[in-house]
Amino acid sequence: MSLELDNLHVRYGGVHAVRGLSLTVAPGEIVGLIGPNGAGKSSTLHAIMGLAPATGSVRVGARELLGRRPEDVARSGVALVPEGRRIFAELTVEENLRLGFAGRRAAGAASLDRVHELFPVVREYRSRPAGALSGGQQQQLAIARALVAEPDVLLLDEPSLGLAPSVVDVVFDALQAIRGQGLAVLLVEQRAQRTVAIADRSHVLANGELQLTLGPDEAGDTERLVAAYLS
Amino acid sequence: MTIAFLNLDLQTIADGIALGAIYALMAVGIGLVFGVLRLVNFAYGQLVMAGAFALALASQWGWPLWGGILFCFAVVIALSIAMEHLVFRPLRGHSPAVMLVATFAVAFLLQNIALLWFGSLGKIATSLAFLNRVWTIFGADVHKIAVVAVVVAAVCLGLVQFLLQRTEIGLHMRAASMDFATSRMLGVRANRVVSFAVLVSGVLAAVVAVMLTVQTPLVTPDFALRDTIVVLAGVVVGGLNRPIPATLGGFLIGFTTGLLGGVLPTNQSQYLPTFVFAAVILVLLVRPRGLFDLSKTVERV
Repeated sequence: MSLELDNLHVRYGGVHAVRGLSLTVAPGEIVGLIGPNGAGKSSTLHAIMGLAPATGSVRVGARELLGRRPEDVARSGVALVPEGRRIFAELTVEENLRLGFAGRRAAGAASLDRVHELFPVVREYRSRPAGALSGGQQQQLAIARALVAEPDVLLLDEPSLGLAPSVVDVVFDALQAIRGQGLAVLLVEQRAQRTVAIADRSHVLANGELQLTLGPDEAGDTERLVAAYLS
Repeated sequence: MTIAFLNLDLQTIADGIALGAIYALMAVGIGLVFGVLRLVNFAYGQLVMAGAFALALASQWGWPLWGGILFCFAVVIALSIAMEHLVFRPLRGHSPAVMLVATFAVAFLLQNIALLWFGSLGKIATSLAFLNRVWTIFGADVHKIAVVAVVVAAVCLGLVQFLLQRTEIGLHMRAASMDFATSRMLGVRANRVVSFAVLVSGVLAAVVAVMLTVQTPLVTPDFALRDTIVVLAGVVVGGLNRPIPATLGGFLIGFTTGLLGGVLPTNQSQYLPTFVFAAVILVLLVRPRGLFDLSKTVERV
């Protein structure tokens, strides 16, 4: 099922963080959302998850998500990999994964195998406390935790933040594989060029408004990118 | 068998252990709700008081023992659920100060309802009085209730531990007490987790009500009030947000209270709370994060 945002506004008190954003992510697509700090990228993801006050429309398939509680959004097939990973450091890796099942719509253990295949470290270290993993391993765990819920839509908030280059490769390779499984992926990132290269479309957001949309063949067009960032 | 200079005998030690066991149950009951709601339920003692009145009424009406215990559980659980729906749920997410004051209000409300209905002289719960007789173990007399309390507390704590560690709802409760927002984002249902924590907490309060009425058969509106204050101090000493440190803290302060109560001459027992709270202040001065918090204070960068 595809994710559709229509005329989305997010306001925190007097701050108008997202101004009339509309976009669509179809199944089997990665859509990038890039832009400078404070552009409204994370606010958009929070609004989708029911974590931020928003108006407009957020639909998955025919289902309107705006106004729902976060746990209900999760149970509607939307999973978020939050900024900073937010894994439960004191729980084991396996317990973190089992928490991901909370968002599942139907029972079944099939999704674990697929996740283990994608991220072997998650199986290897399953009985360790998650806090003992390295940053890159924790990021893989956070993505795995989102995937075991078997969502239709996967939202990622800066998954490469603070990771070593080799681990960034692991994360981006995983995103390719996830796209191949038919999920609709909305990727918020600071690594603009890398995102433009992998995504089917990338929207540049500044001051809460959509400035520019780039295709994968425009990843080298730094001039337009920089101009959009500074607008 | 007597440790002469302290005037300690096995019976006093057994009574101390029993009180520690009961306080440990109260500590876990308070700690479970604190974990998911960040709310210190000051009205916990009034749940115990309501259960004790239920037992007293049942014995006054001539109900059989099991009927009285069932009635006690029904009253305490119903009251816990009502408290959650009418007070905790609407206030969820408010500042800790607001929630604490709200639980004070609930505590006084329930205490005054009891005062209106039953008067200040209270009622007597006699159905479990036989547990006050003694068993002779290794030549020492031990109250039956001391043994029963320890066994019942151990079973209850074991069950709670099983629930938290081995079941899905237990995992959700642990996760919610670490990071509620992230748990909800993963699909953990907030209302279900909170209701369940309040329910388990209520069951423990009912168990405590049964145990305490054996030792204190006279049930008055301020029943369990002092115990709650002492347990809250113990929970703080142990560490509030983890079940095991809270249990240890509750046990320790109950044991200390029981022991001091046995050791102090009768004409000085009025100073008992003074000694207990002095000890609490001393512990918090030395270990502000609680006795059993082993985590390093150094934050990871």
